Amino acid sequence: MTEKKWTPRLVAFFCNWCTYTAADLAGVSRLKYASNVRIIRVMCSGRIDPQFVLEAFAKGADGVLIGGCHPNDCHYVEGNYKMLRRYRLLKRMLADMGIEPDRFRLEWISAAEGEKVKRVVDEMVQKLTALGPLAWDKKLEDWDREVKALEEHVQAQQTTKEVANA
Amino acid sequence: MPKPKVAFYWCASCGGCEETVVDLAEDILGVVEKVDIVLWPVAMDFKYADVRAMPDKSIVATFLNGAIRSTEQEEMARLLRRKSQFLIAYGSCAHTGGIPGLANQFSREEILNFVYKGSPSTVNETGTLPQTEFEEQGRRVHLPALHQGVRSLDQVVEVDYYVPGCPPTPNITKAAVGALLEGRLPAKGSVLAPDIALCDECPRKATKPTNVAFTEFVRPHQRLLDPNKCFLAQGVVCMGPATRSGCGSQCPSGNMPCTGCFGPTSRVKDQGAKMLSSLCANIEPKDEDGIDKVLEGIPDPVGTFYRYGLPKSLLRRKGGLPTS
Repeated sequence: MTEKKWTPRLVAFFCNWCTYTAADLAGVSRLKYASNVRIIRVMCSGRIDPQFVLEAFAKGADGVLIGGCHPNDCHYVEGNYKMLRRYRLLKRMLADMGIEPDRFRLEWISAAEGEKVKRVVDEMVQKLTALGPLAWDKKLEDWDREVKALEEHVQAQQTTKEVANA
Repeated sequence: MPKPKVAFYWCASCGGCEETVVDLAEDILGVVEKVDIVLWPVAMDFKYADVRAMPDKSIVATFLNGAIRSTEQEEMARLLRRKSQFLIAYGSCAHTGGIPGLANQFSREEILNFVYKGSPSTVNETGTLPQTEFEEQGRRVHLPALHQGVRSLDQVVEVDYYVPGCPPTPNITKAAVGALLEGRLPAKGSVLAPDIALCDECPRKATKPTNVAFTEFVRPHQRLLDPNKCFLAQGVVCMGPATRSGCGSQCPSGNMPCTGCFGPTSRVKDQGAKMLSSLCANIEPKDEDGIDKVLEGIPDPVGTFYRYGLPKSLLRRKGGLPTS
């Protein structure tokens, strides 16, 4: 059986006004960046609920990248600061939960910085490749096997009983 | 007509939930009159074999408290699930993993080594660790094994209803038992408590500033706290905004902030992430150093935001720990 070679899965949340536009610019400028990134457009980096980040990791992302407007440039005035503050604590908390700091990154990328999108995405994919798979979903699956074992045991016992009674 | 059969069982818990049943005080007499208790290890003598001998679904409701972290607890959870029409996760540990759930930050080996060897209050000269079997006088004795991690009840078996709290307060216990006996039950899977944040019923609600700007976080023992002012306005982490109400604001009334034992409301997937989100967004500084300085006041985010719910959080357990 040939298993497909692992490549990192990077989930990126880009704000509509700056970073997503920058990614568009990178596209129309025909810049090539790693195709491992899955970009999700949000209206503002301040809209990115830490639940989104945790869910991405829990469901198998190897890294999460957040892109927002530079300080003082937020379309909604304060959103990027809210994200920055959440990011500082969330990063620490993720480290406490065993997720390496390099798997989670926040970058300010303005609409004019298509080149920076390319650089940041490429850098991150490179780092994630070096780190290897996080595979949180698989970890949970593996761990849940310890309760499946007893269930199977109980079921097997019941079946033998039913067979004996029949 | 025979009285409905009810069972109480405990798994990885401290016994506080059992205490709450007794805290019903004279109301418990009304409950005991209406039901037939068939299992309650903390208070009455029944054998597991008695339960095994009962027909399936013959117990109307089992109130199970405690998280699931050993093979015995898991087996009893499965047995009681089979014998009960309604399985009710009673208390934080069964509902969201509870305090024992914080063990999901460590491996089983780390825990056993610390508890049986490393902790300063332990004397264990021979270095004995719990075994799952041993032989004595030619007989082989089997003991339950500790799982690699802690789970909430619904991560092991199907749960019909949840009664939250560490421990659940008498008012919601009474309401839950009443709803059950009178058949006034909401949709399956509901948490039997109001679906709104604690702030809604907090007596300090009026003093909650519309714009909290945290310049520091202090822990309750570090400051003499104003008994009438919103904790957040005093720079104290209060889990109220991310926690379900229904407890009657007991902790804020006792001048202690909410620590989150009722778990999140139904619209929240991850209580800790929501609390982190709300607190951090309201920090005053805008530069990294300033923000980090304020955040020094939260030295243990996992223990603060997931005090009762790490196993039910999105990540569930620390990465890199053995899975089997």
